[in-house]
Amino acid sequence: QGLLRRSVSHSFLSFASITGACQAIQKLTRVRVVDNSALGNTPYHRPPKCIHVYNKTGVGKVGDTILLAIKGEKKKALIVGHKMPGPTMTPRFDSNNVVLIEDNGNPVGTRIKTPIPYMLRRKGEFSKVLAIARNFV
Amino acid sequence: RVSSDGKPEKFQPPPKPVIIDKQKQREERRFLSPEFIPPRGRTDPLKFYIERKDMIQRRKVFNIPEFYVGHVLAVTTADPYANEKASRFVGICIQRGGKGLGATFVLRNVIEDQGVEMCYELYNPRIQAIEVLKLEKRLDDNLMYLRDALPEYSTFDVNMKPMSRLDHEEVPVNKLQVRMKPKPWSKRWERPKYNIKGIKFDLPEKKMKEAQKWSQPWLEFDMLREYDTSKIEDKIWKEVSEGLKN
Repeated sequence: QGLLRRSVSHSFLSFASITGACQAIQKLTRVRVVDNSALGNTPYHRPPKCIHVYNKTGVGKVGDTILLAIKGEKKKALIVGHKMPGPTMTPRFDSNNVVLIEDNGNPVGTRIKTPIPYMLRRKGEFSKVLAIARNFV
Repeated sequence: RVSSDGKPEKFQPPPKPVIIDKQKQREERRFLSPEFIPPRGRTDPLKFYIERKDMIQRRKVFNIPEFYVGHVLAVTTADPYANEKASRFVGICIQRGGKGLGATFVLRNVIEDQGVEMCYELYNPRIQAIEVLKLEKRLDDNLMYLRDALPEYSTFDVNMKPMSRLDHEEVPVNKLQVRMKPKPWSKRWERPKYNIKGIKFDLPEKKMKEAQKWSQPWLEFDMLREYDTSKIEDKIWKEVSEGLKN
């Protein structure tokens, strides 16, 4: 019943998150894929969901890798923004944004239009993802 | 002069010229930033005094302009991970919170169909510049409902030019009524607890009446909740203006 409140899950243009009180990203959170990869943008009757967070705690913040279930496949992804307010001077986004990634860290898509926080530059392993990003916050 | 009666008319002095001293008008209108006013509590006023000294020190070095909720600001911060070591963010101020040195303000903007909010600390040394791009007060003190409003009300051009400043007269109030996205919202903004005047509710009358069930009309008459800040404000204003003059 909760899923039928908004018809966002049927369109691949999921511009708004569905749940109201979603905080940081954990298992079974619905996320929004932000890059222009085919996997992320083709419509499917189920929204992409997180099934595992590669973290000691099961909660994923900006810069953490998670395992996503998209279109019946498992894919790794990088969190680039969440609805939970973080430390001051960091941006808070209106939807949980995620960029699809391979096992070796290469991004699947070729362009990221949505703004990405600067603090991702801290860890050097995401330089390829940051190279395809257009806007920074 | 002799009037028609033959008697001299009573001497009428000429009307005095009214001198409007604009400088005095400017001094009369004073703005004390809300984070200077200490919250009500049993903490030692010494703590607030020391914080105020530090705040005045910071304000002498770095100019924090007068701004209210609803102003469009551009903030440049020093960022070690940014391209030119400085990042600029433009947004509408939706909330001013915190007291003392931890005072914060939240700026909101919609970039590429993605809503972004940044919470900045006013006295953070990483902030390099705060510019007021648009001077505009809104009907409410807290514009958190912009998250559930249509995105057009939160979009502001990043390369907006600063509006021409007024002559230190009054700050204009924008009586804009914002249209919302369909329900559900993050908070039930129609309830009287939030006391929002800046939304155009398109809800049926039944829902509005139902929302009034949660009204607490006794709150405004509650004497224990009263906090009169006028005398405290006067004292702090004198302290701050003297501190800034030196």
